[in-house]
Amino acid sequence: MLYREALNKALDETMAADENIVVLGEDVGLYGGSYRVTEGLYAKYGEKRLIDTPIAELSIVGNAVGMAIGGLRPVAEIMTANFALLAFDQIINHMSKYHYMSAGKITLPMVVRFPQGVSKQLAAQHSESYEQMLSAVPGLKVLAASDVNYAYHALKHAVMSDDPFVFIEHELLYNKKGEVDVHTPIDPFKARIVKEGSDVTIVSYLKMVDDVMAALPKIEEALGCSCEVIDLCSLNPVDYDTLKTSIEKTSRLVMVEEDHKTGGYGAQIVSWAAEEMFYTLDAAPLRIAGADVPIPYNRTLELLSIPTPDSIAEQIIEWGRRNDV
Amino acid sequence: MDKLLAETLYYEMVRGRAFEYAAKEHYMQGDISGFLHLDIGQEALSVGAMKAFTKGDVFSTYREHIMALARGISPKAVMAELFGKEAGVSEGKGGSMHLFDPSHFFYGGDAIVGGHLPNAVGCAYARKFRGEEHGVMAVFGDGATNGGAFFESLNIAAAQKLPMLFLCENNEYAIGTKITRVAPFEKQAKKAEPYMPTVEVDGMDVLAVYEAVSEAQHYIQKGHGPIFVEAMTCRYEGHSMSDPNSYRSTQEMALCKARDPIERMKKVLLEQYGMDDDTIESLETKAQNEIDEAVRFAAEAAEPAPEALTAHVFTEGGNHALS
Repeated sequence: MLYREALNKALDETMAADENIVVLGEDVGLYGGSYRVTEGLYAKYGEKRLIDTPIAELSIVGNAVGMAIGGLRPVAEIMTANFALLAFDQIINHMSKYHYMSAGKITLPMVVRFPQGVSKQLAAQHSESYEQMLSAVPGLKVLAASDVNYAYHALKHAVMSDDPFVFIEHELLYNKKGEVDVHTPIDPFKARIVKEGSDVTIVSYLKMVDDVMAALPKIEEALGCSCEVIDLCSLNPVDYDTLKTSIEKTSRLVMVEEDHKTGGYGAQIVSWAAEEMFYTLDAAPLRIAGADVPIPYNRTLELLSIPTPDSIAEQIIEWGRRNDV
Repeated sequence: MDKLLAETLYYEMVRGRAFEYAAKEHYMQGDISGFLHLDIGQEALSVGAMKAFTKGDVFSTYREHIMALARGISPKAVMAELFGKEAGVSEGKGGSMHLFDPSHFFYGGDAIVGGHLPNAVGCAYARKFRGEEHGVMAVFGDGATNGGAFFESLNIAAAQKLPMLFLCENNEYAIGTKITRVAPFEKQAKKAEPYMPTVEVDGMDVLAVYEAVSEAQHYIQKGHGPIFVEAMTCRYEGHSMSDPNSYRSTQEMALCKARDPIERMKKVLLEQYGMDDDTIESLETKAQNEIDEAVRFAAEAAEPAPEALTAHVFTEGGNHALS
């Protein structure tokens, strides 16, 4: 099953189970979704539940907040992370705060989904990542799906939950293939150990998990070591227990993210490690992240602006040699 | 209108004003802090609209104390909220600008100008979807009509034929900026004209507001889509307690106060409903007593426990936070 099909299956199954679930966004209905995530659902559930909206992101999320107040369970799709910026007032001032400001009297069972990240030459206004900002907002649960099975289970969980979720996808993952095990439920807040290892803990999420895996043979061969690769999955809350257990085993931490380095999400993980794991670590943590530049159009420059399997391998090998891995 | 309803409208306005003066006094004394936006002068609008729109959901702004009271939320719970106490309607977590009570279909209390309009539109969609035809009223100031959220909301409500009542309280000032300095016309209903029927009403006349909002509610329940009501009004105080109101002349304020909604309704009760001065005075005393009681309650109420800090970030059982 493809990643986008897993998301579609999660929406389809939850919509079949609860008629109060509605999906809204640009081209989500008749058109079937820009990334085909909602394909077929319009024919099945009709225009009242697959709501084609105008290009007005503030209203897409703002209306979803009101729908949740009015007794529905809205799933809002934003076409890409950069467009979500137009809805940040609603996400941050409304969606994340009504439950708290009303002392629990208002509950917002809702999800805002969007893809983010560098795809292929979409340039600066269609290539950004905003998990760092949204993970810093109390009142939002932020999930990032890198894996097909996780995407299916985690989206189902988010749609059925009574809390507001930001569900982050990646532009380049929609056609990723994987198995979905519908019979084994997962905890969407638990980090996923993608590969076990004993010498270095490499933490990542979204598409960078695949890039780390692609770089791994080269790294392990060059350093003669075994790496443990962890997919965070939930960016807020963070499953620090899984990280702690792994770092206690490996005593080394590498954080890999596609995001710009300054103020990037990985800073939270490394800061936590500095505070909590300082005496367990045998080396200063390594942070691999995107360059502090708007994403350029030119393919060569674009690839220089983000980590790639080659640059990940190169940096980890260099760091490993300096630190006696 | 029957006498009892007329009397209720008067009582609610008097009680609302007494509440606002008490809030002002206790702000000066330091019992209330933060931003405090008083509704004195605009009572006819707040009370007339809430009493007419009895069924359905209300989304309002930060100038909402009197609306909350007229909606049926107890003055004790509202005053305790202003005092930041646990017994407050939002348990001291919202304050003056964030009064929420879904049991009265009252959703604030939003302090982002125009930010609640998309929420009201979404709620109208949900109510229509679920076959609950009472409709939704969004109350906002003239200042909100210049923002993008306003135009998006007009467009979607009209395109989806939603049961939405847009009620614009036009007091002519966005904090200290007169509307005509930043918009091309005095009456903001003009902005809604391409999308829906519009109605103008004297916002200083509680009976007129009541009638206009009642009719507007009938209209939206018919399923034809939204309607826009603009009430011309006047606030007597500054935008909030931190605004000295220096941008309006003495003459302008005098003209404004000559339209006083409470005096006007008192005259109606005396002349058209044959009520005597004693009855009116007893209503005023009763209202004042109720507010005095609310202040005593708020002053004596408990502070929230420290544990309240992390409660309600998420729903029960879902209260994860970064450890």
